[in-house]
Amino acid sequence: MKLLLKNGRVIDPASGLDAKRDVLIEKGKIAKIAASIAAADAKTIDCAKLVVCPGFIDMHVHFREPGQEWKETVDTGCAAAAAGGFVGVACMPNTVPVNDSRPVMELIQAAAEEQAVHVWPIGCVTKAQAGKELAEMGDMFEAGAVAFSDDGKPVYSSLVMRKALEYSKVFGVPIIDHCEDHVLVDGGVVHEGEVSTRLGLRGWPGVAEDLMVQRDILLAEYTGGTVHIAHASTARAVDFVRVGKRRKIRVTCEVTPHHLVMTDEAVLGYDTNTKMNPPLRSKTDMKALRKALADGTIDAIATDHAPHRCDEKCVEFALAPFGIIGLETAVPVCLDRLVRSGVIDLPRFVELLTTGPAGVLNLDRGTLAVGAPADITVLDTERSVTIHADAFESKSSNTPFDGWEATGTNVITIIGGRIVDDKR
Amino acid sequence: MRLRSSHLLGIDGMEPDEISLILETAEGFAEIGTREIKKVPTLRGKTVINFFVENSTRTRSSFELAEKRLSADALNFSASTSSFSKGETLLDTLQNLEAMSPDFIVMRHSQPGAPHFLARHANCSIVNAGDGAHEHPTQALLDAYTIRQSKGGFDGLKVTILGDILNSRVARSNVYLLTTMGAQVTVCGPPTLLPFAIERLGCRVTHEIDKALAGADVVMCLRIQRERMESGAFPSLREYAALFGVNARRFELAEKDAIVMHPGPMNRGVEITSDVADGERSVILDQVTNGVAVRMAVLYLLTGETSEAAA
Repeated sequence: MKLLLKNGRVIDPASGLDAKRDVLIEKGKIAKIAASIAAADAKTIDCAKLVVCPGFIDMHVHFREPGQEWKETVDTGCAAAAAGGFVGVACMPNTVPVNDSRPVMELIQAAAEEQAVHVWPIGCVTKAQAGKELAEMGDMFEAGAVAFSDDGKPVYSSLVMRKALEYSKVFGVPIIDHCEDHVLVDGGVVHEGEVSTRLGLRGWPGVAEDLMVQRDILLAEYTGGTVHIAHASTARAVDFVRVGKRRKIRVTCEVTPHHLVMTDEAVLGYDTNTKMNPPLRSKTDMKALRKALADGTIDAIATDHAPHRCDEKCVEFALAPFGIIGLETAVPVCLDRLVRSGVIDLPRFVELLTTGPAGVLNLDRGTLAVGAPADITVLDTERSVTIHADAFESKSSNTPFDGWEATGTNVITIIGGRIVDDKR
Repeated sequence: MRLRSSHLLGIDGMEPDEISLILETAEGFAEIGTREIKKVPTLRGKTVINFFVENSTRTRSSFELAEKRLSADALNFSASTSSFSKGETLLDTLQNLEAMSPDFIVMRHSQPGAPHFLARHANCSIVNAGDGAHEHPTQALLDAYTIRQSKGGFDGLKVTILGDILNSRVARSNVYLLTTMGAQVTVCGPPTLLPFAIERLGCRVTHEIDKALAGADVVMCLRIQRERMESGAFPSLREYAALFGVNARRFELAEKDAIVMHPGPMNRGVEITSDVADGERSVILDQVTNGVAVRMAVLYLLTGETSEAAA
């Protein structure tokens, strides 16, 4: 079946295209992009008021399968992704058991096989995520791992991190680090600042992130390995990345929508849906992240989609698990609070969700090149939406964005030429 | 006038007139404690559950006495005797307690924000009897009552709070209350026991006890817990006492008519020496006495009553 996206503003960061174009899709691939295409036999969608982009990629999600299916499964996670405008996700290995070997990798891929949304698994850096011995990276790479990470935990030992950065060079994939000196964090649950002092909650000092980011960059420089900083949240972290990139060190980083649009002040009131790791930071940090987003320091926006069932979150603040979901809120929240408010322009936003993450993970994705798979996200930047957590496709509803109003949202998600979500 | 909320969760956010209302109402109730028959029918037929998920002797006894003197029916429910220790969530416990139609739940909990969490889900009035390192509003109110008793007011009063500010709910509630009422508060302790940016709560900060004590009208000592030493906040109790303990010589630096306070329990010889704690300027036991009257006032006012109708 043919599909014709007519008269849309087509943004393709890979080719630098940003113009009114028609996009013809045939046999699941991009067949033609031109100022005007006539295809009487194609199903035609009028995109005159819409923006046509390569399909969005979320390089940091937690799908909880195997082991914690009450929070999310590959099936419900993929449904959430499609509804949120994402055509592909990279899922972190902190499942139960953790994804530290081929059998778990294959289990996840088997669950993902029937999904339209692409699921790229990330394997553990170390066996059992214990931070001691390297996991079988080669075997997992052959089985489809796109990166390695002990996410949720840092690779604490500098020696193990050094070896991981060296060994992963064989496969050319990055080590993704959750940068947290947990000894220094010492049980902190909220950013250490005036808010933690007011609330009487243990502080999670930004310097505990800064230290690990700096260490990782130094080790990447020393070893020539590739490190990707997960969910950078502090001003210093992005400063270090900026300097590292300038010095041609192989470092990349991602940032979450929530760290870009919220600060620790949101925690006043003890809402556990404002509790995540790393925590919401200060206004100074948020401003620095926004600057780094605009100046190219940050490679990707990633949600760190971390589902928890509501009764798990409905407890005393310090006892609640860290994490919020993000797949179904990222696009409207960012379009409204970052693009509409002028922090970044629309092409840069698209880049951060397409070529950015694809580049970090070496994925041959994120472009509208002729012949490429027809994975497409269509946006309506003028449409106003109200976020309703109870209407999510995700199994969980742990979001601080419930009730937020946004102008701009994804309206159509196309994967392999097939419309998997349509909000028009 | 009336209190603006049906809960007492913290001092942060309370208006000066609300604080004054509680203190003035407590004055009326204090007299009841001096009578031969220490009981009035004010809260007859009301049910109060004292829900203590953390050990407490002083605060729980004080609340219980306050409830009994007001003729309320008081029920004590503590963590060790409850299903709480069997893994029931706080929300489930609350819903079970509420199914028995209490009018008040007085809660002590080790987790900051636990009473706020309860208040979001409860139909009855929640009184915070201390939540972790966050707030202990009735303690600050009884401290304020005691200060007012001997100093007459708060405006321009110099109050020094000494010790483990980091882990202290008493310190936070007192900083909020005293600065709201116009006092000048200085906190002092080793930097390892001061929370980040505490000065943004409106107090001054120093690490030198002599400076902290100079010219103080009120000196408030906080308990130093042995566990803090074990976590590396200071090298030894001996060194702590030498650098930050209040003794008779140091207390001389304060104003001639300065009072010394302690929320208890005291570590004699650590944060305060016995000669100061038992001296004539100590109001430590007055604090305990006043606690009952202040808690009577709080419970009474939370029913929505006005100050005029009290006692």
